[in-house]
Amino acid sequence: MALKMVKGSIDRMFDKNLQDLVRGIRNHKEDEAKYISQCIDEIKQELKQDNIAVKANAVCKLTYLQMLGYDISWAAFNIIEVMSASKFTFKRIGYLAASQSFHEGTDVIMLTTNQIRKDLSSPSQYDTGVALTGLSCFVTPDLARDLANDIMTLMSHTKPYIRKKAVLIMYKVFLKYPESLRPAFPRLKEKLEDPDPGVQSAAVNVICELARRNPKNYLSLAPLFFKLMTSSTNNWVLIKIIKLFGALTPLEPRLGKKLIEPLTNLIHSTSAMSLLYECVNTVIAVLISLSSGMPNHSASIQLCVQKLRILIEDSDQNLKYLGLLAMSKILKTHPKSVQSHKDLILQCLDDKDESIRLRALDLLYGMVSKKNLMEIVKKLMTHVDKAEGTTYRDELLTKIIDICSQSNYQYITNFEWYISILVELTRLEGTRHGHLIAAQMLDVAIRVKAIRKFAVSQMSALLDSAHLLASSTQRNGICEVLYAAAWICGEFSEHLQEPHHTLEAMLRPRVTTLPGHIQAVYVQNVVKLYASILQQKEQAREAEGAQAVTQLMVDRLPQFVQSADLEVQERASCILQLVKHIQKLQAKDVPVAEEVSALFAGELNPVAPKAQKKVPVPEGLDLDAWINEPLSDSESEDERPRAVFHEEEQRRPKHRPSEADEEELARRREARKQEQANNPFYIKSSPSPQKRYQDTPGVEHIPVVQIDLSVPLKVPGLPMSDQYVKLEEERRHRQKLEKDKRRKKRKEKEKKGKRRHSSLPTESDEDIAPAQQVDIVTEEMPENALPSDEDDKDPNDPYRALDIDLDKPLADSEKLPIQKHRNTETSKSPEKDVPMVEKKSKKPKKKKKKKKKKKKKKKKKKKKK
Amino acid sequence: MIKFFLMVNKQGQTRLSKYYEHADINKRTLLETEVIKSCLSRSNEQCSFIEYKDFKLIYRQYAALFIVVGVNDTENEMAIYEFIHNFVEVLDEYFSRVSELDIMFNLDKVHIILDEMVLNGCIVETNRARILAPLLILDKMSES
Repeated sequence: MALKMVKGSIDRMFDKNLQDLVRGIRNHKEDEAKYISQCIDEIKQELKQDNIAVKANAVCKLTYLQMLGYDISWAAFNIIEVMSASKFTFKRIGYLAASQSFHEGTDVIMLTTNQIRKDLSSPSQYDTGVALTGLSCFVTPDLARDLANDIMTLMSHTKPYIRKKAVLIMYKVFLKYPESLRPAFPRLKEKLEDPDPGVQSAAVNVICELARRNPKNYLSLAPLFFKLMTSSTNNWVLIKIIKLFGALTPLEPRLGKKLIEPLTNLIHSTSAMSLLYECVNTVIAVLISLSSGMPNHSASIQLCVQKLRILIEDSDQNLKYLGLLAMSKILKTHPKSVQSHKDLILQCLDDKDESIRLRALDLLYGMVSKKNLMEIVKKLMTHVDKAEGTTYRDELLTKIIDICSQSNYQYITNFEWYISILVELTRLEGTRHGHLIAAQMLDVAIRVKAIRKFAVSQMSALLDSAHLLASSTQRNGICEVLYAAAWICGEFSEHLQEPHHTLEAMLRPRVTTLPGHIQAVYVQNVVKLYASILQQKEQAREAEGAQAVTQLMVDRLPQFVQSADLEVQERASCILQLVKHIQKLQAKDVPVAEEVSALFAGELNPVAPKAQKKVPVPEGLDLDAWINEPLSDSESEDERPRAVFHEEEQRRPKHRPSEADEEELARRREARKQEQANNPFYIKSSPSPQKRYQDTPGVEHIPVVQIDLSVPLKVPGLPMSDQYVKLEEERRHRQKLEKDKRRKKRKEKEKKGKRRHSSLPTESDEDIAPAQQVDIVTEEMPENALPSDEDDKDPNDPYRALDIDLDKPLADSEKLPIQKHRNTETSKSPEKDVPMVEKKSKKPKKKKKKKKKKKKKKKKKKKKK
Repeated sequence: MIKFFLMVNKQGQTRLSKYYEHADINKRTLLETEVIKSCLSRSNEQCSFIEYKDFKLIYRQYAALFIVVGVNDTENEMAIYEFIHNFVEVLDEYFSRVSELDIMFNLDKVHIILDEMVLNGCIVETNRARILAPLLILDKMSES
């Protein structure tokens, strides 16, 4: 026995402490993983010992290893043992390890409840302090419920050190256990006037966080905060309070008016940039909520914009960034005051720093108007040419498209110019946003009917261009544009000048190198083109021409039938059969074009993204009922589609058109939905921020290296967009002259007749009429469906649970559950239990109190005597 | 609200990590490598605020060590920037001219200092004397 003890203590001499561990890791740089696994084995041995000092040492080392990325959740129980040590240094180590590694999923957390409670009521303030600190990292709803009352009493502790920590912990407790907010709130309010500045700032912090989520509950505190703001000199506290006011002002306009003066004083007087930035932000928030008619406010806006301009012009990059950030907030409500600084912002686009360039781009997004859109996009295109590296260029591309497609293309006056811009963008190599450009082309071509002819001519030229086919191996590359080009040419084939030429371009052997989904679209649209060519030839009675086209199809389709992609193969085989059948019919001189073009009859309109959800379930339809008896009948269902095809060969394809129509429509709708789902910039229902934080981007972040062509490719047949800028200017000039003439005529009439209110001849955005008739087709929705719904609100949001009215007095049911001693003598009558409960509840039981007082008085009298 | 506080050296080794919101252990290492990559790729003239996923990173470089703080949208970036410097000054006073090795060998003490300054994602204390008071008492207790 004694020998074991000696052996044990010798072993302990060789234990590594944290410093040795770190040194060891540094010395074993090559075989670090092996060394660390060795150390972990040693730690496991140490944890089996009884000595608490040894365990604490082991846990300390584990904390270090956890930081390096090794999971230590297996040691959770040991950590709790160390937490229960009496010596403060060990206890601290235990709590530190717990705060680093415990989380809501740790099962053993419930074992800590009593330990933490003991520590919270411990006489040593440091024990309490360390328990509070550690608790903040791993508090669970159960812990919160059990410990809420203890922490509340700690808020009134004698030591400010403890009070400060308790106040801050309450915020976490509120989040996990919202029922504790109402009972705790009066004490929290008291802490705002605490003599110790640390406690005061802690209380300010907590209330600011709470109020930011549910501001209306905290309006009653506004006067108190106002007093604090004017009296405090601590910058950190000031920043918090000012931020809080920024959240409160939208609800209380009078507050906003009162705030403007002290805030402007602060702006003038402070030298701290952070405080200045916060004040400017809040002034903007205040002015947003107030009406813009008041004269003082334009002065305040001017002041803000001036200060921000100074920030942006500063050489310190940080200040530039902040200035741009604040400007974008002003932009939303007072765009005119910002537009005068357009030159400065365009300058920022040339900055070396990418974050600043991105911020400037964001600002530009809000500063476009019909007049300057072309100019701005021109400037951005020059940037796109200059930009090195693919990420910034991609960002620019997305931004250009965003700017142009804002609010249903509100700012585009000439869609031909826009399509030529899109086509120019296709000349970019190595971009990952080919699908964006494709989506835009499709969108514009479908929605703006007048532009279809121009779009089709551009697209057919694109289909011809060889360089797009060359980059076909890259996913989401620029070859996605061919997807759009093929579809547009097929759908609006009536506008094509040379359909035969386009058909040949789409059937070239090189097409088979494109990705599968693009080939599928090609195949489908080849048929559409074929149908329209047939129609034309038959009307011109060129039977030979028609047969030649059919022969071309029969020759070229087999290359698609051999494709590895299922979709392509299927479509190609179906269509090949159809074409062969048509060939037979043509040999018999039967007019076939009518039926073939009937395959593609019907307008395709864009469908709203939520349309599918909004389809009302028809009455009598039970979606959960079985469609058929399980198992035995499913085979016969599979056979039926094949039977349809067999019958096909004998009958004329009369039956197919209606089915094909709906099938087609459904398929296209699906394809579009797929496209939208794959588009990362499409705004769907909002995912929780937690998911985004933890999701890794995966493949998309691997940069693709492309050879940059410094000479821009001049593809013959594709117009340069610059000519449109000149055209546009000439057109506007002509428009203006016409309008002036009309106004002069109107004014002459007015002088004769009564005086009417006429608009001043200033040029505004609305005067500029678009070059083409813009007929923007709206999205289809099922009948009586509302466009917006409540899907966007996350039901699990903890802040919604905190939206409670704090001014109502506390009801009995809302008091926090308090631990009472269990009564061991069950024979005690309930009346005797009442005095104990009375102390904690506030119910006035006057009769009994009076009796008590009388008894006490009698006792005192007796004593005196 | 502060989401995390990291001290990473130029080789990408984490010297201190504190998370105020729970994240899985493998996600943490991934996050740290990405964060340090984006910080290292910036030059001196660029600003110290980076936008990363759905929060902002504010970083400062001290010799070979990067201090990176991740915050959500509602925080004032400039205030956090000053806070990082405040933290380094406190470390300087406690360790008298702090170096990376000091931080590595006294990780638990650095954690104590950080816990005094930031609690539950909010900045609690910025006064140097008050932050170091409990730590100095602790040292005296362990010596005696």
